[in-house]
Amino acid sequence: MPLLHIEGLTHYFGGLKAVSDFNLSLEEGEVVGLIGPNGAGKTTVFNLITGVYRPNRGRIRFGGKDLVGMASCDIVSMGIARTFQTIRLFKELSVLDNVRIGHFSQARYNVVHALFRARSFYREEERIRDKAYELLETFNLARYADSPAKALPYGEQRRLEIARALASNPEVLLLDEPAAGMNPHEIDRLLETIAWLKDRFSLTILLIEHQMRVVMGICERILVLDFGETIAEGTPGEIQTNPRVLEAYLGKEAS
Amino acid sequence: MMIESRRAPLLVLGTILRTRQTVLLVIVGLALSFFLERSGFVSSYILQILMYVGINIILTLSLNLVNGYMGEFSVGHAGFMAVGAYTASIITVWLFRNQAGALVFPIATLGAGIAAAATSIIVAIPSFRTRGDYLAIVTLAFNMIVKSLLENIDALGGPRGFLGMNRLTSLASVYAWCAITIYIVRNFVYSNFGRAVLSIREDEVASNLVSVNTRQTKVLVFVVAAFFAGVAGALFAHLVQFINPRTFSIQKSTDILVMVYLGGIGSIFGSILGATVYTVLLELLRPLGVWRWVLGPVMLVILMIGRPTGIMGLKEFAGFVPIEERARKKKEGTAVAAASH
Amino acid sequence: MAVILQQILNGLQLGSVYALIALGYTMVYGILRLINFAHGDIFMIACYIGFFATGILMGRHLPIWLVFTATMLATMTLTALLAMTIERAAYKPLRNAPRVSAVITALGVGLFLEHFTLATLGPAPRAIPPLLPAANYSVGGLTISSVQVVIIVISVLLMLLLDTVVRKTMTGMAMRAISYDKTVVPLMGVPVDRIISLTFAIGSAVAAAGGILYSQAYPIINPYMGVRIGWWAFIAAVVGGIGNIRGAMLGGYILGFVEVFTPTILPSSTYRDFVAFTILLVMLIVRPTGLLGRITAQKV
Repeated sequence: MPLLHIEGLTHYFGGLKAVSDFNLSLEEGEVVGLIGPNGAGKTTVFNLITGVYRPNRGRIRFGGKDLVGMASCDIVSMGIARTFQTIRLFKELSVLDNVRIGHFSQARYNVVHALFRARSFYREEERIRDKAYELLETFNLARYADSPAKALPYGEQRRLEIARALASNPEVLLLDEPAAGMNPHEIDRLLETIAWLKDRFSLTILLIEHQMRVVMGICERILVLDFGETIAEGTPGEIQTNPRVLEAYLGKEAS
Repeated sequence: MMIESRRAPLLVLGTILRTRQTVLLVIVGLALSFFLERSGFVSSYILQILMYVGINIILTLSLNLVNGYMGEFSVGHAGFMAVGAYTASIITVWLFRNQAGALVFPIATLGAGIAAAATSIIVAIPSFRTRGDYLAIVTLAFNMIVKSLLENIDALGGPRGFLGMNRLTSLASVYAWCAITIYIVRNFVYSNFGRAVLSIREDEVASNLVSVNTRQTKVLVFVVAAFFAGVAGALFAHLVQFINPRTFSIQKSTDILVMVYLGGIGSIFGSILGATVYTVLLELLRPLGVWRWVLGPVMLVILMIGRPTGIMGLKEFAGFVPIEERARKKKEGTAVAAASH
Repeated sequence: MAVILQQILNGLQLGSVYALIALGYTMVYGILRLINFAHGDIFMIACYIGFFATGILMGRHLPIWLVFTATMLATMTLTALLAMTIERAAYKPLRNAPRVSAVITALGVGLFLEHFTLATLGPAPRAIPPLLPAANYSVGGLTISSVQVVIIVISVLLMLLLDTVVRKTMTGMAMRAISYDKTVVPLMGVPVDRIISLTFAIGSAVAAAGGILYSQAYPIINPYMGVRIGWWAFIAAVVGGIGNIRGAMLGGYILGFVEVFTPTILPSSTYRDFVAFTILLVMLIVRPTGLLGRITAQKV
């Protein structure tokens, strides 16, 4: 049974069809890529999965549960986390806090415990703290723990976003252009990181990318979107030679 | 790569020490207020000012939660104060028929807080879908509706007001409630929920997408804030022994805003400072007569233009920050320096 | 039936005034995304300026229509100048600040105007002398006063003028452009600061006209009159769709009718404020962009 099953997903913005009949069956442990020219509807698919918009039509099932109509925070607590095309960190808050906030739904104390400082509060806070530090260490960000997120260099900010996403203990990770603004060396490191993360955290990954190096390097399967429609689906090799795909990209070469 | 909880023993020790010191401080303060009031060393005028300061501290702290930490636009806070003031007065004057009794005032004050907290739902729900200017209008509308309702309910005295309360507010009770408010607000801020609130201020959409239940959090913040505003209202009503709807108009809401922004948004010490400075300043300017009411608005405008983050900026007095949360300054310095290659 | 028609007329009169004031709110919001809470108090100041203007002009043996016209023009001009000064002093420094600051500053400015007027001129209400011919016409059981006619006619003319300016002139186009995208417009050679000042000026001048007209129908003025009327006009702007000029006009008339008809439905006229604010609250919850407003979505 697929972990994430999307069927007939369709969404309009006013009269504009942003996503048309999108289908995806994501099996556990897969790394699938979503590519296409700008404005093809890729981020919209992410937004639909994570509940930012309610799709006009279609079904989204995760682990058997229907996600359509659920609040974003609930979808994320269920195990689907994401990063953003433009970095959306909590800029004024510390790096540590950014990751700790990702733990929100995991906290095992309620308001009363917090307000009156019950013992369970202290225990949980320490656990959250430790988990957050663990994640920061994983991404080599622990030395920045108390710095505001905005002080971090760009590459570290992107890593922090992923760390924050992992804080909610997801099964599925949606990465929106994780390689944006990176040079080839950084991209290689990113590829290693994603592969490592996938094993370390037992993740299933759905990835939007423009950098073909990343897509071809790590995706087992690729879907190609153009103007909201899925124009191709297959292995990297198949996609690279697909005439419709090449046409959609108008001469963009896969590196 | 596991991090050992090497800080754990220090942590526990640290909190025990803190707690003991703090509790001691609170008890001393309580005893002091008790003594001051009965001794006659201090004039009743000064005592009244001190109580006003205390009530304003509670109001400012409660609004700071919403406007400072959560970054919302609540500009009708006096509405919650009104609900609290009237509820408490109804309880002591009608329900208890002004009987003396140690529990009467605490019950009335708690009732006031709960009533105000309940009405905060009216404001919390629109806050789910609207932010910024629109929420400002909602909160203002709420303030006006409360005021207008009170003016129309003759049983509560209508525009002529409600009187007959006994002077149940004492310096000790104000001090006690101040301490409680500071305790609760501080605990709230340095917790999962406090972090959630800050994340809403930073980026609400992203907050939702990292598992924060923003709706629940918003309701929580409004409820806690309204509760304490209601408590402040109860204390106020039983200090001045007469309340009418006009007391709780936009003017009052604006006064609270001044205190929040003067002291510093997102800072507990700032709220205490802002409330104290503003209350005392207004008293000192009493000889100016009507002109002193011009001061508040002018201060507000100058603050907004010159220093919108208030006296404290965005910093907090170390005494309120839990030990575990204090930033390690040395590490921060080297980390950022290393990053700038 | 005659009573209802009479009330409709009253509603039109009141609605005209609210519409004029609502225009000021909506124009400023449209261009700056700022709710100028001080606008109602600017209206109040306009009434006082009118009071002093008539005081100066009366008794000089000038024909009454000249006094009226001169008062109107003088008040509109002076109020416009006041509004532009406030904009430069208090709002301009906050153009790039978070909106909280601007909203709260606006509240502060409004309160400042109220208390300042109170402190300098005292709380005693003043009476504006009548400047309009007071004739009553009987039309089929209805009593129409010439004051009502003048108010409605002048208001409608002003609204038509404003609508034309906004839709047909370069200035108007600039205003609308700025309301869509403030950052790009200066790059096209539009003097943004000047247009913003002009917007404040026009919005306040129109409100000032409303003030003079209003005080002909209700001649008693006091420092707190701006609060109530300002709030009603503001609700009108929101109901119509804040930022939308036609919306402000529509909203104004709706609120005019609400004010006039509420006492006939509810037990006492003191419930009027409650009704108005409840309408506002409901509007904000159900349709925050108002009746004629546009919905803008946020990109994620």
